[in-house]
Amino acid sequence: MPQQRVVLKNCGVIDPRRIETYLERDGFKALEKVRREMTPEQVTDEIKASGLRGRGGAGFPTGIKWEGARKAPGDEKYVICNADEGEVGTFKDRYILERDPFTLIEAIAIAGYGIGAKQGYIYLRAEYHHLFDLLQNAINQAQKSGYLDGFNIEIREGAGAYVCGEESALMDSIEGKRGESRYRPPFPTTSGLWGKPTIINNVETLMNIPQIILNGAGWFSQMGTERSKGTKVFSVSGDVENPGVYELVLGSPLRELVEELALAKNVKMIQIGGATGRILPYEKIDTPLAFEAVLGAGAVTVYDESRDVIDIVYRTMEFLAEESCGKCTPCRQGTEVMVEILEKFHQGEGSERDIRNLEDLSRVMMLCSLCGLGQAAPNAVMDTLQYFKDAYESRVVV
Amino acid sequence: MSEKGILTQPGGRESLILRLKEAQNKFGYVPQEVMAELAQSLGIPINEVYGVASFYSFLSVRPLGRNVIRICRSLPCYLKGAQTIIQTVEKELGIKPGETTPDGRFSFQFTNCIGLCDRAPAMMINHDAHVELTPEKIAQILQTYR
Repeated sequence: MPQQRVVLKNCGVIDPRRIETYLERDGFKALEKVRREMTPEQVTDEIKASGLRGRGGAGFPTGIKWEGARKAPGDEKYVICNADEGEVGTFKDRYILERDPFTLIEAIAIAGYGIGAKQGYIYLRAEYHHLFDLLQNAINQAQKSGYLDGFNIEIREGAGAYVCGEESALMDSIEGKRGESRYRPPFPTTSGLWGKPTIINNVETLMNIPQIILNGAGWFSQMGTERSKGTKVFSVSGDVENPGVYELVLGSPLRELVEELALAKNVKMIQIGGATGRILPYEKIDTPLAFEAVLGAGAVTVYDESRDVIDIVYRTMEFLAEESCGKCTPCRQGTEVMVEILEKFHQGEGSERDIRNLEDLSRVMMLCSLCGLGQAAPNAVMDTLQYFKDAYESRVVV
Repeated sequence: MSEKGILTQPGGRESLILRLKEAQNKFGYVPQEVMAELAQSLGIPINEVYGVASFYSFLSVRPLGRNVIRICRSLPCYLKGAQTIIQTVEKELGIKPGETTPDGRFSFQFTNCIGLCDRAPAMMINHDAHVELTPEKIAQILQTYR
């Protein structure tokens, strides 16, 4: 399947500092259309019919989220754009924000209309502070041109915490608190920011919205697989000749991305979805990139034959242990204990019992952790135990 | 707050992180007195303020140097030789990660993924991104920070 520019349609084409260049490319036409011709219900129905699913990793159907917030009682509702791209190996949202802030702003305003919100937030990670002025300038220009009448968009900056990319921790951070995951239910669509109905959408998810509105759900849902509609933007890094951002129709094989576009050679394994993502051996390179198989937020880190599996998993777990918010025990303690065990293998001093402990611990963390961080933290361990067990067994002291 | 004039007038509870960042920018860290004032003016316990200040990696409850170097040690940068960059910075500055130079010019820390993996290895100094680092580039870059 060829590369397809839907999300990245304007990237590198418009001037991100000048709204006129965006208007020349159908900019804000979708917003005008929903305000003039569509009811909020028709908006959320259209997004639902498109089959669009969240691009931040979890893949929740966007239209269902919007519908939930639209139907939730209350006058005060919020739209949050999650620009806290912290997953290891992900930089697609940075790429998008740098090149096309206007589509995002239009999409946030459409979301606001769809759910009945008057306030939108862009939660921007502290590491992307250099994008603040560009984004604010785009908001100001949209305001001056009258596109945000009756709707306000504010940028809120994070302060450095991976877990704040998790939606409930993100809301706590906007509220000025430690970014800790919340118990659910209630879900944000009924009780989110300050207890009000809220939708939280990833940058890339929102980038799809204006074109779905203009071209229709049918156009969008033609692309992709049965359960993964549209395109996906991937961030490719690691042992490749051409690292960078690529947009592919969902369902494209991993091989196309890794070997044909990024020009990887001698691939040993691929981590898809960052630290909480899945690890596939080279034999699985024809796996389709789709929610049905592997996807996450689209971070693709490639490791060649020279890399040590245990070293990679150990470093992945070190990261997760550091970034665990600490609220729930399975994640806080589980990631710490996993680091300790993996360190033993790293030093060539593992045992059969350690392998069993890793397996047991993985199950408990998946089942009992409060949020996606802890639930997905064991992925790298479980996958490598499945595909690269010899890497562990060769470091068992007999 | 305003009577003591350390920071601008705080908004509601949600302004806490913003205020802490303001202090961070002004003093290079969040001093105890600021935390006490914020707690009082927002009507929340000081331990809650400390809890927030110590949670985020861009806030520090201990003094930092005028310039904060954050070298990415996540996997994409690690694969591209972040280790060598770390060693070069250590050698150039004569300090270890987590330390500050005696003249207060630099603090040096590790950071997790900063979203510059396509141009690894990367680091940030204050809010500036530096990419495609080589040992040769380091001395040059450091010189531009006083």
